[in-house]
Amino acid sequence: MTYSPHTEADRVLMLDAVGVESVDDLFADIPATVRAGAWDVPPPLAEQEVRAELARLAGRNRIPEVSFLGAGAYRHLIPSVVGEVIGRSEFATAYTPYQPEVSQGTLQSIYEFQSLICELTGMEVATASHYDGATATAEAALMACRLTRRSRVAVSAGVSPDYRRVLQTYCSGPGIEVVTVPVDLAEGGDGTTDPSAVESLDEVACFIAAQPNFYGQLEPMRDLADAAHAAGAQFVAVVEPTSLALLEAPGKYGADIVAAEGQPLGIPVSFGGPYVGLMAARMASVRQMPGRLVGATRDEQGRKGYVLTLQAREQHIRREKAASNICTNQALMALAATAYLAAVGPTGLREVAELSATQARHLAGALGSAGLAERRFGGTYLNEVALRVPDAARRHAALAERGIVAGHLLERDEPALRDTLLLAATELTTDDDIARLVGALEETR
Amino acid sequence: MSVEAPGRPDASGRGAAFSGAAGGDELTVVEPLIFERSRAERRAVRFPQASAAAREAAAGQPELPASVLRAQAPRLPEVSELEMLRHFNRLAHLNQAIDLNFYPLGSCTMKYNPKVNEWAARLPGLAESHPLDPEALSQGSLELMWLLAELLKEISGFGAISLQPAAGAHGELTGILMARAYHRANGEGEQRTKVLVPDSAHGTNPATATMVGYQTVTIRSNERGGIDLDALRSALGPDVAALMITNPSTLGIFEDQIDQVLAAVKESGAIAYMDGANLNAILGRFRPGETGFDVMHFNLHKTFSTPHGGGGPGAGPLGVSERLEPFLPRPMPILVDGDPEEVRANAWAGRSTPGARFALDDDRPQSIGKVRSLYGNFGMFVRAYTYIRSNGDSGLRTISEDAVLAANYLRVKLHDVYDLPYDRLSKHEVVFSGRRQKREHGVTTLDIAKAILDHGIHPPTIYFPLIVEEALMVEPTETESLETLDHFVGVMREIAELAATDPEAVKRAPVTTPVGRLDEAAAARRPDLRYRFGDEADGVAPVASPPESEAPTT
Repeated sequence: MTYSPHTEADRVLMLDAVGVESVDDLFADIPATVRAGAWDVPPPLAEQEVRAELARLAGRNRIPEVSFLGAGAYRHLIPSVVGEVIGRSEFATAYTPYQPEVSQGTLQSIYEFQSLICELTGMEVATASHYDGATATAEAALMACRLTRRSRVAVSAGVSPDYRRVLQTYCSGPGIEVVTVPVDLAEGGDGTTDPSAVESLDEVACFIAAQPNFYGQLEPMRDLADAAHAAGAQFVAVVEPTSLALLEAPGKYGADIVAAEGQPLGIPVSFGGPYVGLMAARMASVRQMPGRLVGATRDEQGRKGYVLTLQAREQHIRREKAASNICTNQALMALAATAYLAAVGPTGLREVAELSATQARHLAGALGSAGLAERRFGGTYLNEVALRVPDAARRHAALAERGIVAGHLLERDEPALRDTLLLAATELTTDDDIARLVGALEETR
Repeated sequence: MSVEAPGRPDASGRGAAFSGAAGGDELTVVEPLIFERSRAERRAVRFPQASAAAREAAAGQPELPASVLRAQAPRLPEVSELEMLRHFNRLAHLNQAIDLNFYPLGSCTMKYNPKVNEWAARLPGLAESHPLDPEALSQGSLELMWLLAELLKEISGFGAISLQPAAGAHGELTGILMARAYHRANGEGEQRTKVLVPDSAHGTNPATATMVGYQTVTIRSNERGGIDLDALRSALGPDVAALMITNPSTLGIFEDQIDQVLAAVKESGAIAYMDGANLNAILGRFRPGETGFDVMHFNLHKTFSTPHGGGGPGAGPLGVSERLEPFLPRPMPILVDGDPEEVRANAWAGRSTPGARFALDDDRPQSIGKVRSLYGNFGMFVRAYTYIRSNGDSGLRTISEDAVLAANYLRVKLHDVYDLPYDRLSKHEVVFSGRRQKREHGVTTLDIAKAILDHGIHPPTIYFPLIVEEALMVEPTETESLETLDHFVGVMREIAELAATDPEAVKRAPVTTPVGRLDEAAAARRPDLRYRFGDEADGVAPVASPPESEAPTT
């Protein structure tokens, strides 16, 4: 199958116009010594054939009937209307809005996205998007280094291990040291970060903490922010966006930069991407922010319109002096988040957050009263809870065979957390799902 | 506020681009912000209530302490589903897009994005595949990633692939981190401190070098638009970590001394990085991995037709040579049980291989680590795999042949009216200069771009590459018909004519778009970057601003 519109007559006409005999002549500038050898690419497929191949691969996955897996990617309801919006060709097949007169749809939607993220986070400025939550977090750390002119960053061990790996890689670039502040993983501990350990950090550009943290626990964010500020550091809050319907906005507890994974806002889990990284900060820091920003302005006739702005931070203007090398970001995913937030509104988002929290408690309560599991930590949690389950690895595997994914095995990330499952609930978690998990764990006891 | 959605470009694209805004002196009312459509208690989506049983079971669990709760609910818009949909549909009408009209934005490869790719990415078996599901449940996703990597190896000639980078610039960052890891492993990490970048390069190249702590050294181009070999040779030395080169270049020119460039880089011990942004021109003609390049990023959203989405998501996989392979990001999808040849042959025939098992290999001790959460922009892998399988061997070759033919056709059809600083065979694109129009009539390339808008066509990339004065960078791609190309030629000639006869008319453009030229300087001076609710003071304060360039690039 080919998407070329040209007939052979067209090609002949064009070759004649160019003044060459054959299409091979158009590649005469490739030196003979470096011309391509043979390749092993299969022959073309008709649409029905390629569909069959993709259906084959999709069929090789087994989508679990019941899943409590989150650990950074969450299955939420994606309203049908969100898919309709991002499926529009005018959004999907446009590029970066470098010509604002014919890109007002993209530009205004990004301005709305920035506004929504500011409102959710309580911050003053949000970027047009980043690759994902992990790279947004890493870029926030580099931004803090530019703001403070320091070259060490500190991160709570309660930040997702995946994010911390990405942070480590990004910081290795310019040679920034990463210090990890532990969370209390002791038996009976509350699985959170100790603010006094933050206060004593020396010469760090920022301290990064997650709310809820990777173990589902709620951190003392205000105390951590105060401690970071006492150390002269920026406080970077990594948050889960649906939680912000209930939890205090980071801007209110002293966050200087907010980074987040926007996937829960209307984006499928899709084996890890595409997702969307969110970043927000204070206006005083805007010149050190990485990535695109859209601003409102007017045309010659006074009509309001939107443009890419403050581009003097960016690679295409500043080249080696840019705040980041980021160019393409995740605009269509940011549009999904914008459409999602408009579709659910404040009431819907609160319902999502409340129902997720209630079902997480239902889950923990039901497993606890059946004697199947107990909470690994004290303190409190939101939508995801770490539970001790004897012989967890074996039973997790056994349940998976039956189409039930009993959350995430935490010993994969943290050896101290043997026999501990991290179970997530969302508004899609039904009472029946929980009953099936209880039943299946009973049977594998 | 009364609202009128501006019209869409007409089907031919030859009339007014946005008919609703054309003619008359009536001001178009642009769609209000979603916040301005909000009315308390309106809503679209509803969610169920927690059951009594759920609340009862949850009763013994800790409640959320007041100290963590939000004092004021976020003021998200409250709209009905229909109002919300109309809002975004009206915004959609304000966009130019490939699916509406010609979009020859140079360096971006704005080709048709086939719809079967979208169908594939939305298959529930793929879209609902959780990245942390047990590997036994994710064999289809892993096989797809493995197969895509196999195809990218064939296409590029490289021996190993990482799919992890999320965009081209992200691939650059990954590749240059790997170059540094390689030099460190050889004990040359301290001595090699520079990255060489030609003066025609994308801005991402020098910005990437900085992110890895390297100093950028710019290599000038020669009078033919290629790398100046003498300048390159004198810059190369034991202190150079890598050369980053875009090939074909941002001038749309194949580096015809590439063999000598690569030989010089190899001799110096530096890593040869190829920016693969322009791979669309050379499929089946040049495989960088077999010529001496060490690393290249692909842009799946360019060459392999995943939608640009208004600026992403993209995907920037890397191909690398054997000597860089140990440093690839982890984890990597691998085939653990089964014969690779057999699995490939079966997949090419549309069959699964019994007993084949795929896994994620995280045991890579020399890896630079992770550059992204999880494994990459998987949805883009699905689309690219679908696209490559649809086109197949012959289709991929046709893509490059037709893309190059179209660029050359535009070159010969327009080079008498627009200057062509480097008049050579074109590859994927052709870069004209508007310097003659500027010098003779005071009409700048920006004016020309705005005049193109009035014809319903998206303008070329302008003012890039930086080495071309008043640059107009035209990349037609292979999916535009001869009629479209001829129409564009007509438009460009008409504008050149108008520049000569009535330059003020060109400088007034655009007049048919939903808004006219926007005041970018004011936007930067007084940044208004978010909606302000009624009770908020106008927080828009002037910010001391370095001058903004008017030079958009990709």
